[in-house]
Amino acid sequence: MNCFKIRDLNLYYGDFHALKDINMSIDQDKITAFIGPSGCGKSTLIKTLNRMNDLVEDCRITGDVDLFGEDIYGSIDINLLRKRVGMVFQKPNPFPMSVYDNIAFGPRTHGIRSKFQLDQIVEESLHSAAIWDELKDRLHKSALGLSGGQQQRLCIARALAVSPEVLLLDEPTSALDPISTGKIEELLLTLREKYSIIIVTHNMQQATRISDNTAFFLLGEVVEYGSTEGIFSMPRDKRTEDYITGRFG
Amino acid sequence: MSGISKTIVKNAAKNATNSAARTSGWAESFLAILTWSAAILTIGILVFLVCFVIAKGLPHIKPSLFALTYNSVNVSLLPALISTVMMTALALAFAVPLGVFAAIYLVEYAKRSNKAVVLIRMTTETLSGIPSIIYGLFGLLFFVTFLGWGFSLLAGAFTLAIMILPLIMRSSEEALKSVPDNYREGAFGLGAGKLRTVFSIVLPSAMPGILAGIILAVGRIVGETAALIYTAGTVAQIPLNPMQSARTLSVHMYALSSEGLHTREAYATAVVLLLVVILINAAAARIARRIGGKNELF
Repeated sequence: MNCFKIRDLNLYYGDFHALKDINMSIDQDKITAFIGPSGCGKSTLIKTLNRMNDLVEDCRITGDVDLFGEDIYGSIDINLLRKRVGMVFQKPNPFPMSVYDNIAFGPRTHGIRSKFQLDQIVEESLHSAAIWDELKDRLHKSALGLSGGQQQRLCIARALAVSPEVLLLDEPTSALDPISTGKIEELLLTLREKYSIIIVTHNMQQATRISDNTAFFLLGEVVEYGSTEGIFSMPRDKRTEDYITGRFG
Repeated sequence: MSGISKTIVKNAAKNATNSAARTSGWAESFLAILTWSAAILTIGILVFLVCFVIAKGLPHIKPSLFALTYNSVNVSLLPALISTVMMTALALAFAVPLGVFAAIYLVEYAKRSNKAVVLIRMTTETLSGIPSIIYGLFGLLFFVTFLGWGFSLLAGAFTLAIMILPLIMRSSEEALKSVPDNYREGAFGLGAGKLRTVFSIVLPSAMPGILAGIILAVGRIVGETAALIYTAGTVAQIPLNPMQSARTLSVHMYALSSEGLHTREAYATAVVLLLVVILINAAAARIARRIGGKNELF
């Protein structure tokens, strides 16, 4: 079963052709890693999946992207799409408010007002993000006082609070130390059972450690896409081999 | 041989560092004196001014200055004080929503390439550079005469509102721009619409900056005379409705000193005016801290 099906996707920033003829299907309840050198279009692609690129002026997109069979560039409600497809960003971005309010922001946005229900969602989300024990005594303190790793797990919890179907992570550990990175990777492996996860990463070891499938991008094209094991043990394309053996990028 | 050359090199190095130290030491102390004297002069002027006003005015503050109605015997400043508060509140009530919403439009909604935005920015910049007497003249011709409001609190407040609008708009714009984009991304990423993102994430984060602009605007209102003499008139009683004329403390001071009969009371008024400004600043700082209180760490 696929969560996303991408057909003939082309994306332009003004005159710059950033994504070229992307065709790929992304498996449900698996972790898919996007790897490739900077500027190869992997972050751009992930941002087309929840239409964050709509915020960029002069961004033009052609082609189709289906989420469980529904065209997300059609008549879909864009806020509902972003509720279904959650996103975690490269730099942890908790809102300048308490831990509780950070988590409750999403559910409140989507109309949940009852305190009882919100309390429950906050606790569940923090549990799912494996950060409840660290934060349960400081729910009402500012989230800006947390460490970088805690902030990033808080952001994951915040994304989970609106019960998404897919979770997009754009280099979620690139600003973190190895220990926090390890915790987030462990967390993602536990989340795989319930969510389809797409992760952009610069770290190839990370891709091999956690992902089921890997796509290698270069200059806006998908060079190779397949099972992580296959790509890293027997790359079919010379460019993939050069990249994963560290010859460039 | 090598020993000799080493000592030569060492000496040369020593000399070089010495002379460098000497010249930089000289320049450094010169700069230090320059910056210190600038700082002392600035503080000195303020201290002298405040002391001068207090010394001249404090002895003349008496209970009769705070009588509810003004007459030429008690020269009461209380009506002017109350008018100042009313004038400030009214002008802010018109200018703050307008300025803040305009800033929200410019920063959050308008496209960068939009020609109207360039025009609006140019207009606000020009408006903020116009001397206040011109606003006064405009207020006199438009609000007082053309709209027939007469010399009134309302005409004065509208004139002042137009005068402080650019200030509030610019500071709100800067405050909104300084809110990190990743807050917006985070909110959009959770499925929040534009409206919710702006009002529940961006605006609260920008609040301290917006308040700073409002404080500056209050300072300009409280200190304004030229624009008000033309529009709000100089009646020294408490206005019972917005269509009545009223004088603020600054106008009151100007009237007293220009009449030449009550110079001492003018100084007393100046002391009160200073106090009001200090109180407003302290209150605003407190509000800013309370709003920012949600952001406090631990």
